[in-house]
Amino acid sequence: MTSSSSAPSGAEVDAAVGAAFTAEWGRIVATMIRLTGDWELAEECAQDAFTQALTSWRRDGVPRRPGAWLTTTARNRAVDRLRRAQTGEMKQRESEMARADDQEHDWGLDGDDSGIEDDRLRLIFTCCHPALALEAQVALTLRTLAGLTTEEIARAFLVPEPTMAKRLVRAKSKIRNAGIPYRVPPAHQLPERTVAVLAVLYLLFNEGYRATAGADLVRQSLCAEAIRLARTLVELMPDEPEARGLLALMLLHDARREARADDRGDLVLLEDQDRSRWNADEIAEGVRELETALRRARPGPYQVQAAIAACHATAASAEMTDWSEIALLYGRLFEMMPTPVVALNRAVAVAMADGPEAGLELVDALDASGVLDGYHLLAATRADFLRRLGRSDEAAAAYRRALELVTSESERRYLAGRLAETGQSPQPLHP
Amino acid sequence: MRYLLLICTDESADAAMSPEEGQARMGAYAAFGQEMTERGVLTGGERLRPTTDATTVQVRDGEVLTADGPFAETKEQIGGFYAVDCADLDEAIAIAAKIPGAQTGTIEVRPIWEM
Repeated sequence: MTSSSSAPSGAEVDAAVGAAFTAEWGRIVATMIRLTGDWELAEECAQDAFTQALTSWRRDGVPRRPGAWLTTTARNRAVDRLRRAQTGEMKQRESEMARADDQEHDWGLDGDDSGIEDDRLRLIFTCCHPALALEAQVALTLRTLAGLTTEEIARAFLVPEPTMAKRLVRAKSKIRNAGIPYRVPPAHQLPERTVAVLAVLYLLFNEGYRATAGADLVRQSLCAEAIRLARTLVELMPDEPEARGLLALMLLHDARREARADDRGDLVLLEDQDRSRWNADEIAEGVRELETALRRARPGPYQVQAAIAACHATAASAEMTDWSEIALLYGRLFEMMPTPVVALNRAVAVAMADGPEAGLELVDALDASGVLDGYHLLAATRADFLRRLGRSDEAAAAYRRALELVTSESERRYLAGRLAETGQSPQPLHP
Repeated sequence: MRYLLLICTDESADAAMSPEEGQARMGAYAAFGQEMTERGVLTGGERLRPTTDATTVQVRDGEVLTADGPFAETKEQIGGFYAVDCADLDEAIAIAAKIPGAQTGTIEVRPIWEM
């Protein structure tokens, strides 16, 4: 069947292979790691399978189940490679693989995917094992599960490609040499290990979210990758409300992405954002996911943060925002995560609900505790409350303090603008 | 998998223990040793004399250089070790967490390089 009239066009095949890559890469790598026990080999064979798809599918048409075709091809590739490498270790792997194959109930083109689903969960828990450095966990997750190339990951994290390549190699060799098991952790470890997985996904999302409009597209795509991985996790762990809470949180943040910066790339405050530019579909989906999560009645920090984001995202205008509810939610969040940053956010919400005086009281207490010394947002928040109370001199001093501490250029411009509004000199009078 | 669990604690703090504290610590180690022997994972283990009794040895240009004490000044010193043979790193971490020294010091989990 070399050239039938029904053969798909090159563009059709490219699109089909691209779609299959997005949908199946992580699944195939995860299965190959389980079958071969070799992370490098698993990736290479998965890569080979996609390369072969480009020619085979053009010749034979796109298979009915591309994922199954690709997995079988990758598996055959692994057997070939292991046979050709006649070393003892490789032979042992091959016989292990044959054994694993025998145990596979639904192997082949027509089996269901239940066993394969578990492989992706094994993979994500192994990538996010606490014995690996956090930066290695993130890189490994992007490479093996999301299918980003080493070069793309390096660009996303602003490090040279050889550095990232070394990081990935090192992580994989630690998994092998230190005996990190390839499995979903047992029940008694599952809660804390799940927290670690969620933290990696949220870190990924935030890396992308911080990227400005002018930043590298790969860097911006981290948000989409994080959302995709969170969706997978929700699908694999439907009974874990925090996974769903995290997905909801990401969707609700991501919905505001377009409105978050102006044409110069400067930050636009939530209250000043053009709400018509918010993504209504993402907001609706985020709210739906949050409601599903909350029905389990096992709240956690991601669900509460998503609830806060939902309050903002569903308010028709900045004035309509339910600040009392948000202040209440920050109070809940502080019980779960008693960090100074949460305390600061709570003060902001309280100021919006009950006036700047009430907020200033909380911020002054935080300032006195000294735990946020050197954090520009503490000074900036104080400045904002003082400005709204009409205490211009004190506000100006606080803005100057914030300007000394701020590192981001767009935030600096914003603070300088506010300082100018106080009618005070931009330079400290008594330096 | 075989692992060496290195027990790193602050020697000076260990030396400053009261006899009662020392007794309690010994009891805790005895209980740990018994539990792990029954579990069948323990293949060896020793307590070490403090670093004040240690000698470092290096060979440079064919010459043996010896010196008193360990080379690096660190806050924690290796005070003992266990050798275990268990399923994987997760089990090794679980065992390490049960070593009494983990309460105050650090346990370094080192996979054995199988030759």
